[in-house]
Amino acid sequence: MMAGQRPTTSAAPADTGRHAYLQNKVTRRRAIGPGLRTFLIFAVLVGLGALIFPSSYFYRVGTLVWINTLAVTGIVVLLGYVGLVSLGHAGFFAIGAYATAILPNYGVPSPLAMLSGVLLAGLLALVVGRPILKLSGYYLAIATLGLGMLIWMVLSKEAWLTGGPDGMTVSGMNARNLFKMVGLNLKSAEAWYWVAGFTAAIGAAIAVNLAGSPSGRSLRAIHDSDVAARSLGIDVARAKSRAFVISALYAAVAGGLLALANGYITPETGGFMHSVEMVTMAVLGGATSVFGALVGALILTALPQVLTVFADYEHMLLGGIMVVTMIAMRRGLVPFIADLWTRRKS
Amino acid sequence: MTRQAVAAGVSALALLTAAPALAEIKIGASLAVTGPAAFLGDPEAKTLEMLVEELNANGGINGEEVELILYDDGADPNKARTFATRLIEEDEVVAVIGGSSTGATMAMAPLFADYEIPFISLAGAVVIIDPVQEFVFKTPHTDRMACEKIFADITSRGMTKVGLISGTDGFGASMREQCLDVAPASGVEIVADESYGGSDSDMTPQLTNIAATEGIEAVVNPGFGQGPAVVTRNYAQLGIDLPFYQSHGVASDEFIKLAGDAANGLRLPATPLLIPDQLAEDDPQRQPVQDYIAAYEAAHGEKPSTFGGYAYDAFHLLVNAIERAGSTDPVEIRDALEATEGHAGVTGVYSFTPEDHMGLDLSAFRILEIKDGGWTPVEE
Repeated sequence: MMAGQRPTTSAAPADTGRHAYLQNKVTRRRAIGPGLRTFLIFAVLVGLGALIFPSSYFYRVGTLVWINTLAVTGIVVLLGYVGLVSLGHAGFFAIGAYATAILPNYGVPSPLAMLSGVLLAGLLALVVGRPILKLSGYYLAIATLGLGMLIWMVLSKEAWLTGGPDGMTVSGMNARNLFKMVGLNLKSAEAWYWVAGFTAAIGAAIAVNLAGSPSGRSLRAIHDSDVAARSLGIDVARAKSRAFVISALYAAVAGGLLALANGYITPETGGFMHSVEMVTMAVLGGATSVFGALVGALILTALPQVLTVFADYEHMLLGGIMVVTMIAMRRGLVPFIADLWTRRKS
Repeated sequence: MTRQAVAAGVSALALLTAAPALAEIKIGASLAVTGPAAFLGDPEAKTLEMLVEELNANGGINGEEVELILYDDGADPNKARTFATRLIEEDEVVAVIGGSSTGATMAMAPLFADYEIPFISLAGAVVIIDPVQEFVFKTPHTDRMACEKIFADITSRGMTKVGLISGTDGFGASMREQCLDVAPASGVEIVADESYGGSDSDMTPQLTNIAATEGIEAVVNPGFGQGPAVVTRNYAQLGIDLPFYQSHGVASDEFIKLAGDAANGLRLPATPLLIPDQLAEDDPQRQPVQDYIAAYEAAHGEKPSTFGGYAYDAFHLLVNAIERAGSTDPVEIRDALEATEGHAGVTGVYSFTPEDHMGLDLSAFRILEIKDGGWTPVEE
């Protein structure tokens, strides 16, 4: 609104009218920056989902899609921006989830418990990431693989705290009550859908803003070449470590949300397969864009639900789709389609 | 034009009138048919499919056909919860069987209270039925009962000092804890407590420690999979001649094959499924056990497992409840289910009460001894 008023107050002469219009357009685009735009697109998608969903079951799948999108957005920051592969992100996811599950048993309210989990995951990423990220190559993939397994082992063995391999109940807040406070009476599946969707939208907006910021640009410079980035005066180890911490925070928030939405968690949340799943979602959708995270999460979360009709061939079809995508569209779905679009336009 | 319209009208009418005749009772299931717990989910799914076919061939329940809607949750609690929502909301089932694993079961459980749908779990842990949840039942006995049964046999042989060697997997860890917990009440003292990893290939050091413990009289091995077979072979190699007990987790012919001659003489608690021909004529479980084995072998060409037996009992308990309720209203089915009394299944004889949603007592377990590579019931 403010931006729209600017040209009229400047009272431009008639011959520069066109120029003023252009300026107006430019300022407008700045007002709705890429971050806000992403947030709005996500918000529209969340709302659109709510409009067409006929039952709680759809809300439930929708919730999982948004939670996964959030976790995969973290992978996009790490893999898409910097080009680092982590095979242990489920570990951070599980730290967020288990903190949200365990701390309320000691009298900590759920939101605070989740926050502590997120901070703990970030701290761990900082401590572990710093020494590893000074090295180049595939060290991070291997180190995170080990870290993820370690976290999984602790979760499965320390039964007094985590309930062991059978998992534990998450007591605490229900998103329904949040909406009740403002007078909305929603089913819990719907309430969690809105909370997860909103959080994913904020997460995506932050990630997009990060990409355009100076520190985001330095991340992408590192992606192209460590050496070139260093010669430009970028502290490569520090920038990498920052991206690693950020992506761990994303995973932990997603984990906390999942724990609350499900009301029950098992160590499998922190298992190796879950780490691989997150990376797969990012790569399938296109690891360079938050929309890639959304598309990847959508496909790998919703498709198995559709494929139950072909129960016996489910895994074959899922594998087949992934192989074909990777052969035909190496950079992932979203970048591939974006390319098609621009080529068509020109 | 008119003729087409009439034809369309007639066929539409035919479809409409045909619909009520196809009235179906929908029963849902979410099992770990694939994935790490497939050894549980696969026989369970096969059993349910076989039973539904059999039931419909015999005219269904009160004249209505039964439709089974089965999803594969791969033992993932997250998927299980989604499928449970789907079964309730989309498929509109009247009851749900499943949750091969405890994690999947517990993730699903809160939904059934919300929607008031009866749910019979096929997973082992005590937390499923303690505290009792109104709409949640389960058919397998708990590991706590296995400990009690083993300890009862040990004390009846006049011994009290027991050594434990447990696997660190979910099954072993949970049972170890339950055994430690019930030991004092059972009049048994745990004098040694060792553990091993699920993929370890040699447990001689732990066994040597146990055998060297002062005053030890018997050894119990809570565990699952390969581990117990290795323990059994090491036990024989070390020549330990203390009475040796395995858990119900390895109660299958497969275990005897893995452990070989070393298994001779050891005892374990198991369901009567292993000894169909040695059950007494007047044993209430004789009939269901023999029926199940015959039907399963005819349908799948292999012996049924203990886990398939849990599904067999869950299905029959449910069908029985629907018949008695004379209704397909989920709440009435739940009430009928809770009123089940003296239902003889393959796992045991079930009697549910509002305080007990597992409905089994220690008599469901039989102590078996392995003799010459076969199972022999121990007289009590």
